Amino acid sequence: MRWVKKVAFWLLLAVIAVYTLFPFYWAIVSSLKTGSALFEVSPWPKEPAWSNYSAVFTAQPFGQNIFNSVIVATAVVVLSLVLGLTASFALARIEFRGRKLLLVSVLAVSMFPQIAVLSGMFELVRWLGVYNKLPALIVSNLILTLPFTVWVLTTFMRELPKELEEAAIVDGATPWITVSRVFLPLMGPAMATTGLLAFIAAWNEFLFALTFTQSDSVRTVPVAIALFSGGSAFETPWGLIMAASVIVTVPLVVLVLIFQRKIISGLTAGAVKG
Amino acid sequence: MTRPTTPTAGAATGATELPPSALVRERTRAAWLFLTPTLVAMALVAGWPLARTFWFAFSDANLTDMAAAQFVGLASLQSVLEDPDWWTTVWTTFRFALVSVSLETVLGLIIALALNAKFPGRGMLRAAVLVPWAIPTVVSARMWAWMFNDIYGVINAMFLSVGLISEPLAWTAEPELSLLAVVAVDVWKTTPFMALLILAALQMLPGDIYEAAKIDGAGPIRVFFQVTLPLLKGPLMVAVIFRMLDALRVFDIFFVLTGGSTDTMPMAGYSRQRMFEYQEIGVGSASAALLFVIIALFTTVYMVVGRVKLGGEA
Repeated sequence: MRWVKKVAFWLLLAVIAVYTLFPFYWAIVSSLKTGSALFEVSPWPKEPAWSNYSAVFTAQPFGQNIFNSVIVATAVVVLSLVLGLTASFALARIEFRGRKLLLVSVLAVSMFPQIAVLSGMFELVRWLGVYNKLPALIVSNLILTLPFTVWVLTTFMRELPKELEEAAIVDGATPWITVSRVFLPLMGPAMATTGLLAFIAAWNEFLFALTFTQSDSVRTVPVAIALFSGGSAFETPWGLIMAASVIVTVPLVVLVLIFQRKIISGLTAGAVKG
Repeated sequence: MTRPTTPTAGAATGATELPPSALVRERTRAAWLFLTPTLVAMALVAGWPLARTFWFAFSDANLTDMAAAQFVGLASLQSVLEDPDWWTTVWTTFRFALVSVSLETVLGLIIALALNAKFPGRGMLRAAVLVPWAIPTVVSARMWAWMFNDIYGVINAMFLSVGLISEPLAWTAEPELSLLAVVAVDVWKTTPFMALLILAALQMLPGDIYEAAKIDGAGPIRVFFQVTLPLLKGPLMVAVIFRMLDALRVFDIFFVLTGGSTDTMPMAGYSRQRMFEYQEIGVGSASAALLFVIIALFTTVYMVVGRVKLGGEA
């Protein structure tokens, strides 16, 4: 009876692992197949071919696409953290009239469906003269990351002990000094977590990137992968698409493996604890 | 810093009864100063575009010349509501949201309970489960689209070899099947998120209740339904509503998997198609505004049910 339970449990774990990882495995296997080998369902490539990986960078401006995504996501994260740090200090540590209303608005904005701001954002992007340019994506992605960053940093900031601040006040520190000298050093881990989650959100963003860019060379990774096409309309270059998918997945897997604890604490701070 | 002119009064009464001290005033001023950049940014990237979308919803705006938009009252909204295609997308979106969120909840619970047990390699499995969540939706949709390919796909091959189906199915072309395919991708991608939220809640449950249940001789299934599930109800509701919000505004998976056919399009896809393919910014914005209202209702429910904490201690 005992070992039946044990076997069942390990079977369940195996099913979870296979279910989670099989699509990656299949993407890797397919990315190593070319020509007719791609159209045979074989569990591993008979002769692994790396040509898909080089073709991604020669047949498509995929290097440029990766570069675009890195620029956009980095800029969005830096902006969100800089803005979010002082805002969350105000929201978490200072009692003032209107604070609750602001917190509710921050949370409400983080729930905005992107489509609801799409036409207004399009007009804004054109008015700013950044249509089909990377700044269009930096500006628009802020709507995804800024409220989220403020909210999560506020949650973390609240948990820091009061005594720290009192000591700073007794020493005559201004609020700015308190933030930059006392809280900033302590917020390192929280900012890393929030920044990482914001980075992933900006890296994965699709709707704005699809709508506000037009040329292949301005596209970000998700749009490039979604729109990869082959020589003719009927021919989807699956080998290339799988190679590109593997290329952008590997760094994320590494990030997740390194930061899994931080990611989980950030996710739960953002959703459950509130 | 200036000292109070009458030190005795300050010493006798508590700080709270005084009119706002210089310190409190300074801190309030600092708070607003600290908030200003964020508030300006939010007004620019969220408030303004949303307001413009709502204005376009009541106009006949066209993509070619958005500035020439005229107020047309409810005409744009009316053409959305009278469009059978819109109702198809509403139906598709709600079916998608209900089916995928239910599946995600059940699977998420199972995975969370499994991960809550102690076993060697737990950290690895927990990390593995996070990976689908981290990769771009577009990438996961493309990977699955290849697996679902009607001629060369591994899913058809597997189902054929075990006799589940007798001939290859066109997973992404037929409306009914493609909804299934979209659900499969979404479940695969977001169950980890659900599982980790539930796992976090599980780990906060007090251990002594389980001790007591054990002493009473309750079996694991009874413990789950009578102890764990009732205790998890709150966090579970929050997670479900959170996911519902996400599912109702779905766009990427449908775009990649089913393309632009209205039979298999979510509400967000409809709005975008009206705006940028038919160039009818007015009609597209009206439908987007409708979606916004639906999501706003859910958000309100989320805030009430989740009893979102807004004060420090409250």
